[in-house]
Amino acid sequence: MRKELEKYFRKDKLPHIWCPGCGHGIITGAVIRAIDNLKLEQNKICIVSGIGCSSRAPGYLNFNTLHTTHGRALAFATGIKMANPELKIIVLTGDGDCSAIGGNHFIHAARRNIDITTVVFNNSIYGMTSGQYSPMTPKGAFATTAPYGNIDRNFDLCKLAQAAGATYVARGTVYHVPQLIKLMEKALKHKGFSLIDVVDICPTYFGRRNKMGSPVVMMEKIREMSITARTAAKLPPEELSEKIVIGEFYEEQAPEYTEEYAKVMKKAQGGKLNE
Amino acid sequence: MLSRKIMLMQGNEACVEGALAAGMRFFAGYPITPSTEIAEIAAERLPKVGGKFIQMEDELASMGAVVGASLAGLKAMTATSGPGFSLKQENIGFACLTEVPCVVVNVQRGGPSTGLPTLPAQGDVMQTRWGTHGDHPIIVISPSSVREVYDMTIRAFNLSEKYRVPCILLMDEVVAHMRERVELPDKSSIDIINRKKVASTLSDYKPYMDYDSDGIPPMANFGDGIPFHVTGLIHDISGFPSTNPKVTEDLINRLMNKINNNIGDIIEYEKLYMEDAETVIVTFGCTARSVLSAIRVLRQEGLKIGMLRLKTIWPFAHIAIKELMQSSVNTLIVAEMNYGQLLETVKASAEGAFRIYGLNKYNGELITPQEVIDKVREVAEYA
Ligand SMILES: Cc1ncc(C[n+]2csc(CCOP(=O)(O)OP(=O)(O)O)c2C)c(N)n1
Ligand code: SF4
Ligand SMILES: [Mg+2]
Repeated sequence: MRKELEKYFRKDKLPHIWCPGCGHGIITGAVIRAIDNLKLEQNKICIVSGIGCSSRAPGYLNFNTLHTTHGRALAFATGIKMANPELKIIVLTGDGDCSAIGGNHFIHAARRNIDITTVVFNNSIYGMTSGQYSPMTPKGAFATTAPYGNIDRNFDLCKLAQAAGATYVARGTVYHVPQLIKLMEKALKHKGFSLIDVVDICPTYFGRRNKMGSPVVMMEKIREMSITARTAAKLPPEELSEKIVIGEFYEEQAPEYTEEYAKVMKKAQGGKLNE
Repeated sequence: MLSRKIMLMQGNEACVEGALAAGMRFFAGYPITPSTEIAEIAAERLPKVGGKFIQMEDELASMGAVVGASLAGLKAMTATSGPGFSLKQENIGFACLTEVPCVVVNVQRGGPSTGLPTLPAQGDVMQTRWGTHGDHPIIVISPSSVREVYDMTIRAFNLSEKYRVPCILLMDEVVAHMRERVELPDKSSIDIINRKKVASTLSDYKPYMDYDSDGIPPMANFGDGIPFHVTGLIHDISGFPSTNPKVTEDLINRLMNKINNNIGDIIEYEKLYMEDAETVIVTFGCTARSVLSAIRVLRQEGLKIGMLRLKTIWPFAHIAIKELMQSSVNTLIVAEMNYGQLLETVKASAEGAFRIYGLNKYNGELITPQEVIDKVREVAEYA
């Protein structure tokens, strides 16, 4: 770890609980590097998570941190942001946490365009409970609860977020770290609801069940499958089915929720609106 | 001239007035009759005083948002009824374990499930105590009149802030929708309690350390400049997860004891017509109103009937039952609009000291004064 990054970690809480080869540490590292690159004020950042291996990340990070209930991180985060709009809110969540049990909170936080950056540690599986399928498990993949292959269709989280109203939407991977940091910087600078869907690996459960090989091989696979959003735009849909499309998908400046509420307060108090 | 503020007010309205007087600055809710007016009035009033209102996507979310806002330093409340109260349980439990002050209003309606929207009932007595899983502390108080809704909402905030525990204001449809003439107290006469704050000079803050040896750790807010961690996992005094048996036991003991060691402060009840009473009707909420009318009639006939009205439902007022053992009382009737939820607790508390009967109604109709009178006569025959 670079010396100047040490202040962002609770070193006495390390080592972490993650398995060797797990991608969660890479994503956590990218979040910290983005924060450091932007020189954001540490005390003004609040990191909120749900439940899962990924949601343990805030415990290792030296900020205001809140480890909530399964799927509800965005609900708690909404209350914090409303109460203190000066805080920069980052939600760290798993694919199950965000898109299954927390799916409703996810689409409504996006719809409100509340200024929260959501980072999804998307390993296509429920890691913490040892390998059941999530709404992000690809069709046909194996999981402990899909011993004959998964028949569920998986979400495209980026499309979901955009349709719901998110105003910054991007996808990165644990292989393409420099790009991931850049995407996170943009998300953190963006005012409104931003999503970074991070394609991640769980070698212990997803990898083993699906005979993917070592973590290194799983990373190689991500590299092979990834194409940029720009390249993807030129390809016919059938050629995209086996691809991971990465990069920025959407960016829009739109009224942010707590700023809109500030106007409500002004109106209620009889003050004039300057618009 | 003393300016007296007398008005015709609904219970739900009095709840918001009380909350604002107590310092509520955040409300998150989801509409459900018979609690909805509370959200509607909060939506109008809060922004006027610099507070925030949000209608969330469901009750799971509104309870989460309330806990989040409280952690960021605002006094926060939500209001709901049976089906929504069930959904709130998950994050009520989170607030119990993480010791985040908040007020949850449950305006009861007939259940289970969607039940009887929106006829009156008092069927959530046990759910308020044990609705969320695991051993946990909680305070539940229940008003019987509009003025009491006002006072008790303030009290709910005060208890919640003082003991860092969720406080449930257990109302019923009757008290919530009833309009009464009330005179509100002068703001300057209201006692307001705020959570104990961390001294800004404190270095190495441990969010769950019992600094003052009263079982209640001082609180920092997110954004105050003292970074700390909060988790719904069992945690040590530094706030980080632990599975150590000793740490676990110490935490649960402290959580329970901060309530158990202060029952004198937390428990309130009212006794009426008790001097020579031989039969006492134990009740709470709107049912107390019918009971009181009935007692007035029965007293005119010379019957020695009294009333014990529980204002604090949980922790249960064992002390009030013990007091009855030292008196002329030999019979208890527990009157409640449910199948007998409080009855079992009263029986356990009485340890066989009285003849105990339930007066129960769970069909969406009120217990009438006549039904109370009939019950008193009926049990008199068993004597
Ligand atoms: C209400 C509730 N239901 C179920 C669980 C059990 N549970 C814990 S973590 C988890 C799945 C987490 O998966 P994901 O969000 O993808 O995170 P990962 O562990 O893969 O990082 C489940 C189902 C729980 N803690 N709470
Ligand atoms: S189980 Fe999977 S997600 Fe959890 S720490 Fe291990 S590799 Fe990571
Ligand atoms: Mg996962």
